[in-house]
Amino acid sequence: MSAPGTGAARYIGQRVPRKEDARLLTGRGQFVDDVAVPGMLHIAFARSPIARGRIVSIDTSAARDLPGVHAVFTYEDIKDQQADFLSFYLAPIEVRVTPLADGRVAHVGDPVALVVAQDRYVAEDAVSLIEVAYEEEDPVVTLDDARNNPSIHPDAESNIAADMGDEDIDDNLQALLDNAPHLITHKVIHQRISQSPMETRGVVAVPEGPEELTVYITCQSPHAVARWLSLVLGMPQGSIRVIAKDVGGSFGLKNHPWREETSAILAARKLGRPIKWIEDRLENLTAANQAREQEMTLRVAFDAEAKLVASHGDYSVNNGAYPLGADANIAVHMFIWPAYKMPAYSFLSRGWYTNTIGLAAYRGPWAMESLARETALDAAARKIGVDPIEIRRRNLISLKDQPATSGLGVYVDDITPAECLEKLLQNFDVAAFRAEQAAARKEGRYLGLGIATYIEPTGAAGSISVMTGELAQLRIEPTGKVTAMMSTHSQGHGTQTTMAQVIADRLGVPYDDVTVFEGDSSRGGYTPGAAGSRQGVIGGGAAIKASELLADKVKRLAAHLLNANTESIRIEAGMVHVEGAPEMSRTLRSIAETAYGEPDKLPQDFEAGLEAQYRYTPPPVTFTSAAHACVVEVDIDTGFVKIQRWISSEDCGTVIHPAVVEGQIAGGLAQAIGTVLLEEMSFDDRGNPTAATYKDYMLPAISDVPTFEFLHANTPSKSVGGIRGVGEGGAIIGPPTLVNAIADALSQFGELPVDLPLTPSKLLDFIEGRPVRKPKEAKRAPPTPASPPPSAPQPAAAAAPSATAVSADGDWAMTIHSQMGAQEMKARFSTEGGRLTGKLMSDQGDQEFEGRAAGDTVAWEMKVTKPVSLTLKYDLKIEGDKLSGKVKMGIFGTSKVTGERL
Amino acid sequence: MSEHRINVEVNGRQQHATIEGRLTLGDFLRVNCGYTGVHLGCEHGVCGACTVIVDGKAVRSCLMLAVQADGAKITTVEGLASPDGALHPVQQAMRDEHALQCGFCTPGVVMTLAALTQDGARPSSETLLDAMSGHICRCTGYQGIRRAARKLAGENS
Ligand code: FES
Ligand code: FES
Repeated sequence: MSAPGTGAARYIGQRVPRKEDARLLTGRGQFVDDVAVPGMLHIAFARSPIARGRIVSIDTSAARDLPGVHAVFTYEDIKDQQADFLSFYLAPIEVRVTPLADGRVAHVGDPVALVVAQDRYVAEDAVSLIEVAYEEEDPVVTLDDARNNPSIHPDAESNIAADMGDEDIDDNLQALLDNAPHLITHKVIHQRISQSPMETRGVVAVPEGPEELTVYITCQSPHAVARWLSLVLGMPQGSIRVIAKDVGGSFGLKNHPWREETSAILAARKLGRPIKWIEDRLENLTAANQAREQEMTLRVAFDAEAKLVASHGDYSVNNGAYPLGADANIAVHMFIWPAYKMPAYSFLSRGWYTNTIGLAAYRGPWAMESLARETALDAAARKIGVDPIEIRRRNLISLKDQPATSGLGVYVDDITPAECLEKLLQNFDVAAFRAEQAAARKEGRYLGLGIATYIEPTGAAGSISVMTGELAQLRIEPTGKVTAMMSTHSQGHGTQTTMAQVIADRLGVPYDDVTVFEGDSSRGGYTPGAAGSRQGVIGGGAAIKASELLADKVKRLAAHLLNANTESIRIEAGMVHVEGAPEMSRTLRSIAETAYGEPDKLPQDFEAGLEAQYRYTPPPVTFTSAAHACVVEVDIDTGFVKIQRWISSEDCGTVIHPAVVEGQIAGGLAQAIGTVLLEEMSFDDRGNPTAATYKDYMLPAISDVPTFEFLHANTPSKSVGGIRGVGEGGAIIGPPTLVNAIADALSQFGELPVDLPLTPSKLLDFIEGRPVRKPKEAKRAPPTPASPPPSAPQPAAAAAPSATAVSADGDWAMTIHSQMGAQEMKARFSTEGGRLTGKLMSDQGDQEFEGRAAGDTVAWEMKVTKPVSLTLKYDLKIEGDKLSGKVKMGIFGTSKVTGERL
Repeated sequence: MSEHRINVEVNGRQQHATIEGRLTLGDFLRVNCGYTGVHLGCEHGVCGACTVIVDGKAVRSCLMLAVQADGAKITTVEGLASPDGALHPVQQAMRDEHALQCGFCTPGVVMTLAALTQDGARPSSETLLDAMSGHICRCTGYQGIRRAARKLAGENS
């Protein structure tokens, strides 16, 4: 680092010591379980031992009588308090979710009652004394079960939690697939994953009288939690303060509170006592929301030169019983092809309810697109007989092909996957490896090379309302030191370090003089937190902009005090200099003392103090690109995979802190290795989780993870500072890279099925020619199902006109309930015979339409251009002064519509 | 409930307590003594986050009862740095090599490495890395932990 006076010290790009480490290395961090409040009580939950059934009775008397127990609550005891659950997007949850089970249980681990006691030991004793009688029903466990059985939820029509895309393939696309010289049909099965942050979930709820609440919680953003709680509990947000100083990892699990945290808060408010709930690992593995469990069949057609012609994806994801928002995962389809020259793509995407733990996010929630695409490309290369590198070179979009817009409307103008691949190949001698591989094969050793390329959307803001910009509030204190209140939040990301680097760099002060405060909803401002690899990009941009505003303020004041030109003022290493006049240098502290304490010396109209803030909203999305290579050896006698080498060649724009960037990639890659080789959260036929400890759910250890090699390209992005996000990438590109290496090693045994995890026993089945997955009979619905399966929707025109038809004519207040929240509008209908004319009016503008009216139904189609070009198909039924029905929104699936006559 | 009187030295300080027989050493250190640097990641002996040094040996405090520690000398991560605040060589190596992210697994990792390198011992990097395979870190992918272990073994990473 440069000495003071010799130029501004550059901190962006340096491996500076992390600010967080001194406290974390000495045991002085503050994780939620480290918080103790006077009078605090402890909670344990009684949970369902069955996957599906009716609660016949709950006897809590023995539990209540145990000394040390303060209260035992069932749903009946807390139902007087508001708890209207919302998704991450703050949209209502599609099926009714209650904090504790209300009359029925829908998965093993469903919380049925809670005990509040003097300590956790007594609380667990009391839980064992609660007697619950159940009437057990047959559970729906797998995706196949969900497809073949009636709805598990009384308030849902079917087990389809969410759907998008088109059920019928477009004729043109079908023709392209049918007539192409090469077509591959590639099925990928991805197991269920436990996010497994080393710190489990937990909360300390401290009611401060009837109107205020302090919540210590392990989470991804205290601001997002405060906003969520305020809406869910119906409390004014200002009365809720959420604090999360240190968080022991999250990886998507802790986006917002769910049933247990909410129950603990309700219990605390009910008793007027501080209450702590810390999830134990058994609960975390068997009751906390999980991720992934998905299947995809990807069809890809190529021309004679192995160039892409068309593709279709059919995707399903197990949503469990109570997902954190029903999800069909449209991002899988949005991001599967924009890095490649793919002329035509369509898809069908569905999320399914089952009697298992609900779905949550996990690092790179849409990662299935890279796994399916990159493994399909390798399978195609083997089938067509071209090199896997060559098939990518022929089809990747390079800088000279941009700007380009994918079929689903994803616009790219600065992605570099092709360039990352070439850089990777300059650093890895493929020809030498192939020679080594051939020689090894002669000795009976099986080496394989896997290559994968991808792009990743990061730093998204502005297109979804909860995905806002980030806020930086900076202050040069009268001491000359700098404090920053940032909206960023670290669950290991090190944002106190990276944001301080950016500020020190741009303000011209020593890194040691900058302190970043975050992790408290009373500081900084709203953001969704660590979601979508956004904090470096957006928080970094906000810190730069706020630093520049503050530097300008210092310069203006210094110029005034020193009788110099503003342009001649330099701030370096905490000193303020006048160019060409070294004798006039002042410390920042002396300038700051004047700014706060001597108002008479300030320029006219100069706001006293040295403070600035900026909320930065970046371009809607910033792409990160990468190419990875991995070399494995597979022992064909044991099925064990040894990873010999792994090289990452990524382009994440401006690097703030290389060790933080590499740490993010390495952490994601270790999770990828776990996904491909080790981790599996599965359920038996009765819906019991089969992994309840870390002896059964195997996380990668140091012996499973090789030393990674890193190549950085630094194409600056268009966001302020040129930063690109890097939080999720390793977990997205890692799995296909490793699967491709294993498939390459074992190619002589045939085409390896992509059925994760590729455990030694599965690989041995494959090597020895046995089926990798024994076919399982899907459970069939009994002949007389409890609730009827969904009937095919009747086209409106088919309904017979009835004499008693109610008229649709007039004005209606109408609401579309989409996954992104409710959209309000006014509708005007007028019918004449079978003809409907009308108008929709909203704050987005007015639009007229024509359609059909028959009996008590109206139906029409209309085109919209925002957010993308779509045809909306409305199908509504009028009952008196109410209307209800559906709108099909093309790739965005179907949403419910309700309305009332005005 | 069985009550037991115990007398333990934790980080150089005598702790007298009357405790229940079923209280784990981990909970005793965290709740009764206030050493919250002892982290409980699994409470079934796999993750290693709760590791402390008991009479010179690295021990998983979630698998030991507090009564079993009666008369023992215990060091937690809070007791490693010098009184003047200078980091212990293991802590310093971890910091220099960026061996932590969220810091939840960190106290356990530090205590195992500290136990193996105490009194000037310099085990090989194989020994240290073998021991590290008993610690789960979900954040870092172990890159910095591996470098720190090699550094402590006197190897250039
Ligand atoms: S908490 Fe003791 S080993 Fe995990
Ligand atoms: S640093 Fe988070 S678990 Fe190791």
